[in-house]
Amino acid sequence: MFSAIDAVVLARAQFAFTMTFHIVFPAFSIGLASYLAVLEALWLWTGRAVFLDLFKYWLKIFAIAFGMGVVSGIVMSYQFGTNWSAFSDKTGPVIGPLMAYEVLTAFFLEAGFLGVMLFGMERVGRTLHFIATLMVAIGTLISAFWILSANSWMQTPAGYTINAEGQFYPADWLAVIFNPSFPYRLVHMVLAAYLTTALVVGATGAFHLLRDYANDRARVMFSMAMWMATLVAPIQIVAGDQHGLNTLEHQPVKIMAMEGHFQSHPDGAPLILFGWPNQSAGRVDYALEIPKAGSLVLKHSLDAPLKGLDSVPRENWPTVLLPFWGFRIMVGAGLLMLLLGVISLYHRWRGSLYESALLHWFAMLMGPMGFVAVIAGWFVTETGRQPFTVYGVLRTTESASPLATPAVASSLAAFAIVYFTVFAVGVFYILKLMVAPPHRGEEGPEAAIPARAAGITPMPAVAGDSR
Amino acid sequence: MTIDLPTIWAFIIAFAVFAYVVMDGFDLGLGLLFPFFKSHHDRDVIMNSVAPVWDGNETWLVLGGGGLMAAFPLAYAVLMPALYTPVIAMLLGLIFRGVAFEFRWRARREGNFWDVAFAAGSLLAALAQGVALGAILQGVTVSGRAYGGGWWDWLTPFTILTGVALVVGYALLGATWLIMKTTGELRERAYALSWRLLFATLAGLVAVSLATPFLNVDYWHRWFTWPSLAYTAPVPILVALVTFLLLRSLDRRQDVRPFVLTLVLFAITYAGLGVSMYPFIVPQSITIWQAAAPAKSQQFMLVGVAILIPMIIAYTAFAYWVFRGKVDPQAGYH
Repeated sequence: MFSAIDAVVLARAQFAFTMTFHIVFPAFSIGLASYLAVLEALWLWTGRAVFLDLFKYWLKIFAIAFGMGVVSGIVMSYQFGTNWSAFSDKTGPVIGPLMAYEVLTAFFLEAGFLGVMLFGMERVGRTLHFIATLMVAIGTLISAFWILSANSWMQTPAGYTINAEGQFYPADWLAVIFNPSFPYRLVHMVLAAYLTTALVVGATGAFHLLRDYANDRARVMFSMAMWMATLVAPIQIVAGDQHGLNTLEHQPVKIMAMEGHFQSHPDGAPLILFGWPNQSAGRVDYALEIPKAGSLVLKHSLDAPLKGLDSVPRENWPTVLLPFWGFRIMVGAGLLMLLLGVISLYHRWRGSLYESALLHWFAMLMGPMGFVAVIAGWFVTETGRQPFTVYGVLRTTESASPLATPAVASSLAAFAIVYFTVFAVGVFYILKLMVAPPHRGEEGPEAAIPARAAGITPMPAVAGDSR
Repeated sequence: MTIDLPTIWAFIIAFAVFAYVVMDGFDLGLGLLFPFFKSHHDRDVIMNSVAPVWDGNETWLVLGGGGLMAAFPLAYAVLMPALYTPVIAMLLGLIFRGVAFEFRWRARREGNFWDVAFAAGSLLAALAQGVALGAILQGVTVSGRAYGGGWWDWLTPFTILTGVALVVGYALLGATWLIMKTTGELRERAYALSWRLLFATLAGLVAVSLATPFLNVDYWHRWFTWPSLAYTAPVPILVALVTFLLLRSLDRRQDVRPFVLTLVLFAITYAGLGVSMYPFIVPQSITIWQAAAPAKSQQFMLVGVAILIPMIIAYTAFAYWVFRGKVDPQAGYH
């Protein structure tokens, strides 16, 4: 009995660990693929070499990040079977097709055109190359569509029946795909990916502006990134708020955990800013709270009643600590992004966008903040769904594979060792590329490959272009 | 054999797995051959011959796995825990070799660690796939709707044999790919290797074929009694014919034909496996009809497959076309 529980805990740890590593790469490459498409479009449209240089600069980084996303993603797709076979048997008929569509419409598209995007500029010409870049960018978005649909279905299942063997059967595909939380989650995640990328690009630009504020390539990337932060951070906060209201409607227990509402408040719930959730005592210790503000935020009324976890059987409680703190970290990161956007707008208005060392330091420190927010946000939504894999219907303990504890423990150890070494090295290579200043006549990924580089003539300079 | 949805889906999954086996087969094979090519320059050429397309090759593995979960969830749920260790080993191997494609260009000064990772990762992944194949063929313990055996049940002399046989077969695919994609001295070495690897592959094929009837599964009956003999008899005959053609094409130092004929050899062997297994998806335990997802799931995906697979094949072919021809060996000396 104990070993069965241990195997489930280890399987959960393995999913959380491999997912946390994996999500970093798609979150970055979804945004970066779109950014690359924009850069290439601007180059084709304006003919300014600065955009081509930036395209090639970020393409090298994209190649590494994308590769790591692919290999860590294959692990995810097989983990459903290896560690969560009961889940796969039961939900396969419903979410299996969504993931199959992800492979058919997105993965093949990205993989098929990636080679042309990375190495094919001289072989196919500009127009076809731009189409390849566009296909890769669209592919990353289609991929987000399907996998978030599948994830959202686990959060807010709809359009299904359950057969005699306990398998979920599809009843209405449109209801399955466009389940209640999906539109909100899709918007929230795609914006998160764009913000994450903007912060990385902005931090890189800021790093080079601190060293040489005249570097015009660093200026362009910094300016573009700050526009993204200025425009998208406020939109993201609104989208996140809407997502939260949707969660309140469909997954109220998750909101209770995020808010730390152990008790029901029939006449207005407080907004707990900080504190330490004490699961066994059923209260938040050291709580710093604003009376009635919780009802104001969630119900737009000071005295609106809000139920707490005391209205839910204990065996259906998530571990409150994780969604509670994950939520605060995510919101804090979001507010910092908003602040960065506002400050950069101020400097842009004052004409000191490229000179303000303080702004550049702030932007640099904000570089990893998108990843922090994305990981924290996923911890909120995934741990807040517990103790279910399919919210309210299928329990996590009924989802795991019949595996011996040593099997799961050793695979977890193997993944930990390999991920920490391999992906640390990959991140190191990415950082190395980011530290190199973007310059005129930037070389693309093919330049690192000597056997191909010599056969290639440099990109013909655009007539009349000197920038 | 009636043509119903589960049968169609069995063919689709089989097609995806076959596409994976031959496409990632040759690029895993290149990793396996790395130790036979010591010079940095040769390894650059070998790597370049596949760098633009390897990612697409590997996507078929995701389609095979994801498609199995979607179309035959019960089979996926039984087989993955049964193959736990080989699958994890394969994934780890694929991580090392996958990142090596990008990392080795960034690591010039750090020696050839990523060359070793590419070769070792390819070996681990290929061996694990062969072992997994053998483990499926020898049958797995099923209890209720789940795997009922231990986490080392897959390890038998037979699975080691299938593992080694697949490694050798992938190496042959890789060597004949190199004949097609390279020139000069590198190509000569690929010819020499192809000869040896062809005989090794045939030895593996014969050994696996001879060992299969001794498994605790009813393959013997299937292969050697009428009427199934009508399906099985052509298999060894075709293998012999293709082997003859392959030997002749190597002897005549043909360029493209050795690779194509190796693909045909894989296709025939694969068809033989299909004859052995059909209609079971978990041998002797679960048929494709027992494992099938409901018609509503399979129909929904079939629409997508019918439209998208031809498109995927078209743009994959385009990517191969863009990077067609020989990799320029002189290009390294600039």
